[in-house]
Amino acid sequence: MAFLKSRRKFIGRILQYLGSLGVFGFLIAGHAQREKTGLPAIVIRPPGALSEKDFLSACVRCGLCVRNCPFDTLKLAELGEPVTTGTPYFVARRIPCEMCTDIPCLEACPTGALSHALLDINKADMGLAVFTGVDTCYAFTGIGQCRACYLACPVKDRAITMEAHRRGGRDVFMPTVHTDYCTGCGKCEHDCITDQASIKVLPRHLVKQDAGLVV
Amino acid sequence: MSLERIPVEQLDSPEKNRISRNRWLLTRRTCQLLMLALFLAGPFLGLWVIKGNLASSEVLGVLSLTDPLIMLQSLFAGHAVYVTAIIGAITVSLFYVVVGGRVYCSWVCPINMATDLAAWLRSRLALSRDLVIPKQVRYVVLFLVPFLCWQTGTIIWEFVNPITIFQRGLVYGAGLSWGVVLLVFLFDLFVTKRGWCGALCPVGAFYGLLGAKSLIRVNAGRRNRCTDCGDCYQVCPEPQVIVPALTGEKKGLSPLILSGECTNCGRCIDVCPENVFNFSHRLTNIRP
Ligand code: SF4
Ligand code: SF4
Ligand code: SF4
Ligand code: SF4
Repeated sequence: MAFLKSRRKFIGRILQYLGSLGVFGFLIAGHAQREKTGLPAIVIRPPGALSEKDFLSACVRCGLCVRNCPFDTLKLAELGEPVTTGTPYFVARRIPCEMCTDIPCLEACPTGALSHALLDINKADMGLAVFTGVDTCYAFTGIGQCRACYLACPVKDRAITMEAHRRGGRDVFMPTVHTDYCTGCGKCEHDCITDQASIKVLPRHLVKQDAGLVV
Repeated sequence: MSLERIPVEQLDSPEKNRISRNRWLLTRRTCQLLMLALFLAGPFLGLWVIKGNLASSEVLGVLSLTDPLIMLQSLFAGHAVYVTAIIGAITVSLFYVVVGGRVYCSWVCPINMATDLAAWLRSRLALSRDLVIPKQVRYVVLFLVPFLCWQTGTIIWEFVNPITIFQRGLVYGAGLSWGVVLLVFLFDLFVTKRGWCGALCPVGAFYGLLGAKSLIRVNAGRRNRCTDCGDCYQVCPEPQVIVPALTGEKKGLSPLILSGECTNCGRCIDVCPENVFNFSHRLTNIRP
């Protein structure tokens, strides 16, 4: 009898463990799943960031990169934003990366989530600018002589050039991004004079190397 | 009973007043708030003593500190952690190995203020309905964390960790992080007494194991004075740790509270009307 009772107690105990773990585990798993969903296209990781998958195993969300950026470019994702909570990112149209030659954000990263293997900011690979202004860009539609994006680019003439095209019987210019040199800093997107930027930086994985208008 | 009591003048300290009854509590709250203030002074006042947050930080531009559990998660997730974070994690670990692992819980962790408040309200409102969650669940969670990090390749606990979510929220912009604290608070208030820190939180479990052999310990040195009033058990977040020290004299057990689960909060020292407890260190254990 006592044996039965203690066995019942034992089983009750096990159920208690499983129950509490189950509920707890379920909540965590659900939340974690939501947190792992991919980055929105306007979100750019700081220079030197490992690939998104590796980045999530490396970044401890300390924000030291954010603190060391002299231009206030970077921001840690707040809970509720569609970026993994606490990880650093920037939105080019808001504040782009100024491509500091000493890369202070990366220098500050204690974990190597921003890889210390990146020594030259010109080799950074934050994203890729893509020309989206076939109908809007002043230069390409021929409305004006804008070349703000080109002037803004810290790697101009290599990462971006203004290429002459014949369009509707007129000479127009298309801002043209060269994938080998574009670092994804977002200066072009930031400085673009159209309401919605006519050139946008996208995470590199969203842009194929040989895609569309990119030469 | 009262006849057997030691006369007041023979006690080390006289009858306790409001302050002395809360001495360690006040010291501890000051410490917790100071920790927050140090992190907030940078972004809000431009006084950069500490940069970063509880996950990883840089003190005065020279000393790096990293939470060892977060670094472990990163290792398990498959990242070869950079040397700065490793040194930081070792530094932090050494500190807690000496002062007591769960000193993190009661002297640093900002969530502790919410859970303490919940526990206090609970006793005030005489709430007693409890969902029983075995205290060992936290060790299972602690075991699952690195396992899941390895499986998912992410620092998985940081998706949910209310401590870092909240503290990061305060330092870098709150978002919904207040909600996380509220959840923990309501859970502790209505679902289980001391449920979060005492049964679920793997961070507390981790620091408990880290400080299992820590130097600084609470000592029930004057346990022969104990009148079994039970005040210490009532106030202690981990009452089970007091039992061997307070009642183990006949079994030859040390008066030191040796369990790593003790948070070194010193509340027992505060509330005991007989001044049974005091802060001491493990080496006194060597004496018979
Ligand atoms: S390179 Fe400079 S501007 Fe760009 S994110 Fe880093 S610190 Fe900020
Ligand atoms: S400094 Fe490194 S670890 Fe810290 S938030 Fe930035 S990328 Fe993450
Ligand atoms: S800044 Fe914008 S509008 Fe001007 S040329 Fe560049 S893409 Fe076109
Ligand atoms: S034993 Fe005392 S010091 Fe340790 S957790 Fe309990 S009340 Fe705090």
